[in-house]
Amino acid sequence: MKAIRSMVLVSSDVASLELGAKEIYQEFQREIQSFGLQDEISLTMVGDIGRHDAVPLVIVYPEAVIYGPVRKESVHTIVEEHLYKGRIAVGLQAPFRELSGRIAWLSARKGTLPAEQRIVLERAGLIDPDSIDEYIVHDGYTALAKTLTDYSPEEVFSILEKSGLRGRGGAGFPTGTKWRFVNKTKSDKKYVICNADESEPGTFKDRLILEGDPHSIIEAMAIAAFCVGADEGFLYIRGEYTLAQNRVKNAIKQAEDMGFLGENIFGTGFNLKLHVHAGAGAYICGEETALIESIEGKRGEPRARPPYPTTNGLWGKPTLVNNVETLANIAPILRNGADWYRSFGPATSPGTKVYTILGNVNITGLIEVPMGITLREVIAIYGKGMKNGKTFKLAQTGGSSGSIVPATLQDTPMDFDSFSKAGVALGSGALLICDEDTCVVDLAKVLLNFFRKESCGKCNPCRIGNQRAFEILSNISEGTGSLKDLTDLMNLSDNLYQLSNCGLGQTAGAPIRDILNHFRAEVEAHIRLKVCPTGVCPMSGKKI
Amino acid sequence: MAIEVKDTKAVLKAVQDAVSRFGATQDELIPILNDINREIGYLPGEALDEVSRLLRVPKSHLFSVASFYRMLSTKPRGKHVIQFCESAPCHVAGGREVFQAVKEALQIDENESTPDGNWTLTTTSCLGVCGVGPVMMIDDDIFGNVDPKQVPSILAKYK
Repeated sequence: MKAIRSMVLVSSDVASLELGAKEIYQEFQREIQSFGLQDEISLTMVGDIGRHDAVPLVIVYPEAVIYGPVRKESVHTIVEEHLYKGRIAVGLQAPFRELSGRIAWLSARKGTLPAEQRIVLERAGLIDPDSIDEYIVHDGYTALAKTLTDYSPEEVFSILEKSGLRGRGGAGFPTGTKWRFVNKTKSDKKYVICNADESEPGTFKDRLILEGDPHSIIEAMAIAAFCVGADEGFLYIRGEYTLAQNRVKNAIKQAEDMGFLGENIFGTGFNLKLHVHAGAGAYICGEETALIESIEGKRGEPRARPPYPTTNGLWGKPTLVNNVETLANIAPILRNGADWYRSFGPATSPGTKVYTILGNVNITGLIEVPMGITLREVIAIYGKGMKNGKTFKLAQTGGSSGSIVPATLQDTPMDFDSFSKAGVALGSGALLICDEDTCVVDLAKVLLNFFRKESCGKCNPCRIGNQRAFEILSNISEGTGSLKDLTDLMNLSDNLYQLSNCGLGQTAGAPIRDILNHFRAEVEAHIRLKVCPTGVCPMSGKKI
Repeated sequence: MAIEVKDTKAVLKAVQDAVSRFGATQDELIPILNDINREIGYLPGEALDEVSRLLRVPKSHLFSVASFYRMLSTKPRGKHVIQFCESAPCHVAGGREVFQAVKEALQIDENESTPDGNWTLTTTSCLGVCGVGPVMMIDDDIFGNVDPKQVPSILAKYK
């Protein structure tokens, strides 16, 4: 493993090149050599940093300091001060107001390393998950007490709305608004459900939260139930997660013994009964209406929406469904206030996000960082670089229903809005980092194989479309595809998006669309030249 | 096939135990079927008949549920069940080569059982331990960072 200490990026868009970006790059090479830093510093020309008036720009990671406009004469100072002595070269930083929105947020970090910021994983690994006492010592159940005694539901909704918390399941719906919807629906019976059917490939954040800090979810569910007016709740936990199921069952029992659950909680007349419901192995049950069907003892087939669960959910009653990670944010927000929460991440999607880093990086694992970090930072800082010094080619985000993000977008901040502007999706937080040896056809084939098997079969576009797309991709990977296949694939992808009933079908076509948008030449090589450029596909000449 | 088919008495007992543990209502159907499946290894026709009688739920509904979920099986399975993760994170980390090694070691293909009734090989979607891919699960044990060369020694533990 080659340990790179710092990364220097020199902008090389047209404007930067005109102003001598190439000479600045060469000057950096010379200066780094003369300080003997060539083994510790990586120097790269990056194409597209964004349109702005402070070019040529130089960004130094991991501190994310932006220098600009950089003159050839100032390179020596930057290398000596920043790279050699390790302090920011004062006076050479780019003025904040002249940076475009695309990278202005980087500068707003005040040149600090984006250290891990733990909110939802705050206690995981630090307390004994089987001990309610340890949870209470670490501020546990204070948010519930505060809610029940000091706040009205209306006040909780406005705190949550003000905090900007958005659902972490993938769709990013504002949490406070969803709670308000359920509260407003009149009914004699309401339910709260915690969606812990985490089956998105590459995602295991919910498991860690449930295994490491089960009481935080129970507390949040009690707050939610009080605010929306529910007196019964379910935690739908994936069948494979036996440890998490046992921890949660134990936590519920402890909370009941202490009077945080059950009848007349804190003497306020509020009652809540929580149940653990184990899944039986079906990806689609992570979709909220399929999950509700499954609790009712049926096949997990998503319902038609509307009506939404907020009005017609479990047994036809108004139901609040929240993801584990969303719930884990509730108590910290109520304890510390909306302004505290807004101080993390960008304004449009505040807070932190738990990411799982997987694939061809040196260190895989799980991090919780403010929203808006970039892929480049994730790979360089937390992944400790690409494995075997290979080149980063693409990242597959958010499990199977996310996007394939090409290396050209690695400087886009990862938050809901910036990603959707760039035409990619954040998904559930899995970051599968792939190097140059990854074949996009093979990757899409694996993803479509997943969808073809996990499709519940209720509606045709998904049941037939995914199977057909898998067959076409298989043919391409065997060297028996035709150019017409690419049109068919694109049509299938569009049809899946437009005609499917639920989110699974609607996103199933995304990998196809992404590889054709970003890696069309590589796909066409499989067809025109009968060659897999990375040597991964079998190319046997067999037709499926 | 030498796969053991459980006798009726054991099947009925497993069903009655499960129903009395969870209660005879339809919202407990999936936990009940899960429990029986765990006890017997699969869901034989007699078991579904008995569940249908006790819960007053049509057998067609039971079959539609039992055939939907991956953890439930309506066919007999081998003594040990291998679930091999075929999702993208494991695939990228070298899962394909490991799967090939498992198939060669057992001389069976996906969704098949060995003639001696010892092994059934299935593929599964993500098991949620992607940090250590490629991953496979044998019965309730998870094996991570599997190398194709380790496959024979892992399988040997289950003789």
